[in-house]
Amino acid sequence: MLEVAGITQIFGGVTALEDVSFVAKKGDITGVIGPNGAGKTTLFNIVSGIYKQTSGSVHLEGKQVTGLPPERLARLGMVRTFQNIELFGSMTVMENVMVGMHTKSSSGILACSFLMPWSIGEERRIRDGAMKWLDFVGITGEADVTAGNLPFGKGRLLEIARALAVEPRLILMDEPAAGLNSQETLALASLIQRIRALGITVVLVEHDMELVMDICDRIVVLNLGRKLAEGTPREIQENPEVIAAYLGEG
Amino acid sequence: MKKELLKFLVFLVIVMAAPLAFKGGYLLNVLVFVGINTMLAIALNLLLGYAGQISLGHAGFFGLGAYLSGIMTATYGWNPWLVMPLAALIVGILAFMIGFPVLKLKGHYLAMATLGLGIIIYIVFNETVDLTGGPSGLSGIPNLTIAGTTFDTDLKNYYLIWSFTSVIVFLAVNLARSRVGRALRAIHDSEVAAQVLGVNARIIKIQIFALSAAISSLAGSLYAHTMTFISPASFGFNFSVELLTMVVIGGLGSIYGSFFGAVLLTLLPEFLREAQDYDIVIYGALLMAMVMFMPGGLVRGIPALFNRFIKPAGKGNGHA
Amino acid sequence: MQFDQILQYTLSGLSTGAIYALIGIGFSIIYNSTGIINFAQGEFVMLGGMLTLFFMGPLKLPLWAAIPCAVLISTLTGIVFERFAIRPLRQPTPINLVIITIGGSILMRGLAMLLWGKDTQSLPPFSGDEPIAIGGATILPQHIWILGITLVIIAINKLYFYHTISGKAMRACAYNRRAAGLVGIDVRRMVMFSFMISSAMGAVAGIIVAPLTMTAYDVGVMLGLKGFCAAIIGGMSSGAATVVGGLILGVLESLGAGLVSSGYKDAIAFIILLLILFIRPQGLFGKADSERV
Repeated sequence: MLEVAGITQIFGGVTALEDVSFVAKKGDITGVIGPNGAGKTTLFNIVSGIYKQTSGSVHLEGKQVTGLPPERLARLGMVRTFQNIELFGSMTVMENVMVGMHTKSSSGILACSFLMPWSIGEERRIRDGAMKWLDFVGITGEADVTAGNLPFGKGRLLEIARALAVEPRLILMDEPAAGLNSQETLALASLIQRIRALGITVVLVEHDMELVMDICDRIVVLNLGRKLAEGTPREIQENPEVIAAYLGEG
Repeated sequence: MKKELLKFLVFLVIVMAAPLAFKGGYLLNVLVFVGINTMLAIALNLLLGYAGQISLGHAGFFGLGAYLSGIMTATYGWNPWLVMPLAALIVGILAFMIGFPVLKLKGHYLAMATLGLGIIIYIVFNETVDLTGGPSGLSGIPNLTIAGTTFDTDLKNYYLIWSFTSVIVFLAVNLARSRVGRALRAIHDSEVAAQVLGVNARIIKIQIFALSAAISSLAGSLYAHTMTFISPASFGFNFSVELLTMVVIGGLGSIYGSFFGAVLLTLLPEFLREAQDYDIVIYGALLMAMVMFMPGGLVRGIPALFNRFIKPAGKGNGHA
Repeated sequence: MQFDQILQYTLSGLSTGAIYALIGIGFSIIYNSTGIINFAQGEFVMLGGMLTLFFMGPLKLPLWAAIPCAVLISTLTGIVFERFAIRPLRQPTPINLVIITIGGSILMRGLAMLLWGKDTQSLPPFSGDEPIAIGGATILPQHIWILGITLVIIAINKLYFYHTISGKAMRACAYNRRAAGLVGIDVRRMVMFSFMISSAMGAVAGIIVAPLTMTAYDVGVMLGLKGFCAAIIGGMSSGAATVVGGLILGVLESLGAGLVSSGYKDAIAFIILLLILFIRPQGLFGKADSERV
């Protein structure tokens, strides 16, 4: 599904990532873990087209997508969420998800202004679709709340619903459990598994070890910008280098 | 949806009935300008209030429409109804092309670049004397005619202009509520999140810039034909700032807000006739006061004030 | 003949360029300490000239006394503007900052018009108007005053920023406001200082140029914008790069006006401004991250 090969990123002389490669298989939940400063978020920013890497390549479903801008990647079926949720704060929860349907609709400025019949039909389809995703994550009750006023946990769910509205085949989640309490984290774990059950491949960066070990099929460990290990949760838990890296951190 | 339609109908009734209140008075003439300014404020609001991209050069696009119409009809005798859409198209395409480099800039730099653009256009109006008549202006622009009726009185012009304005209001309201409007507001709130969801922020910003310029050009053409005389002074930096003030006062991201802003700011100088020089001071003070105390504009600020002071303080202060 | 002309235009261009440089440095100082482009910067230039006239006219002060009074009042205005308009802003987004500084700018301009009228007035030259011959060209004593005072101010600036505690603190803010705050620098006070310094510099620029170009309530717009253009050419540096930017702009303008067309003189600055913004937004000399103060 997603093949990342030989990614190196240098920021003004500082090497943030060095020759990182990994593969996320179709239908898997792949976790990327590592101590602080390991380069996880940088890696995500590169894969999702927000940064341009110094070298290396990214393939999505066998297609070369290296360096494509995020909006192109969305159309190719890859979407991401952010560590510090990036909601459209002035819009309602419903509207947030409706923006997620952007690529699944096509009415232009003129059709929208002149209320062309097809754009009205499309609008209805967008609304229904958005409602479906709100229902999927379980926040239909907040549909008309301004997103900026949402409590953090629900904001996280909204961000996921919005990403799912793109109907991606691959979703990248940047620390989805950050800022959630233990109950919310549990709910998140089951939500992620339901997302996988839809046939969507999941790649997540996470700090919460328990969550990662619970739900991931494969885990990639980064440390100081390099890949330290890769394997099943059990293999990772038993890997002495990984243990050393984490103990070393404190 | 129903609520929007109702709002629009109320707006239409007010617009249609207004002349009855000012039969033949001087104010009717001012109301014609309110219509033109409403169009311009909406154009700017689509860009500033929705997409979050500032422009301090919109008077330039307004002027381009006015001069294209003026020159082609007065000097070359073309049909005004042909020139008007043509001018809007030309200005739109021009803005589209300029949009590529201009909209790469953000915030203060974007403000400065559009300001510079507006001033360059203004200087061109002044200096191409052979075409525009230079600082002394261009006269003899024909009034518009439809089927033998010439729009040469304030009342006729009122209905002419406000028909256009009403259509623009209707279209803008639809656009704002559509997937395009949502995408614009999304870009405003978080450009990166919008992009990740597949919104091509760059193109959509450029498109809205072009649309905004084309509407301004249309307003300019109408202005030229109702005034029959135009001079560069109407299209300078000060007017760009006046438009900005209308949009900010009415409320960023509110179409009817732009209408209120245009009404207020166009009528204000008329009530200050005695002390005309005060208007610039008042614009400045208003701009500052709005940003400081009512950043949502009148359309949001007045209801908020109402909730706070008029409604009996029942259960605390709610969510401000 | 042709050469003399070019020399003449260049010389007078240099002195207007020095003015642009002073205004441009004012823009840069505020930008670097706050991230704000102060659209009201030009109004301090206007205030300098108009206040000097006011102190000389109605208040009958001699020139040498009127100038410091004018600079003082302009500086106070700058402080008041920062304290009561910029600082209390609840949502300091770039758009709100643009709008509020534009609002402040029109307000000051409008008040100046109400107080002192719309007439264009001129300040007497500081030391006579006997032209001085240089090569085949002539310059006025006021040109020398302008260049001299600009040099002195830039030198003082340099001393302040590199050899005083508060100057160094301001440089720290320019590099990284958060970090500066963390090491105990009072960032808010530095912001106020930056407004103070740039309004004072703007006022001085307005005073020394007034004997040459006349002054009126509305001169601030153009002078301010051209100062900004100088700063953009210099990559928003508050040092030599902006000075060079101002001089380049002044000379190009003067040559353009003299040799091509005086009507398009003002357009030159804006065309340069747009080209730089489009092609080299980091300025003519900038590496991506050049000296900011």
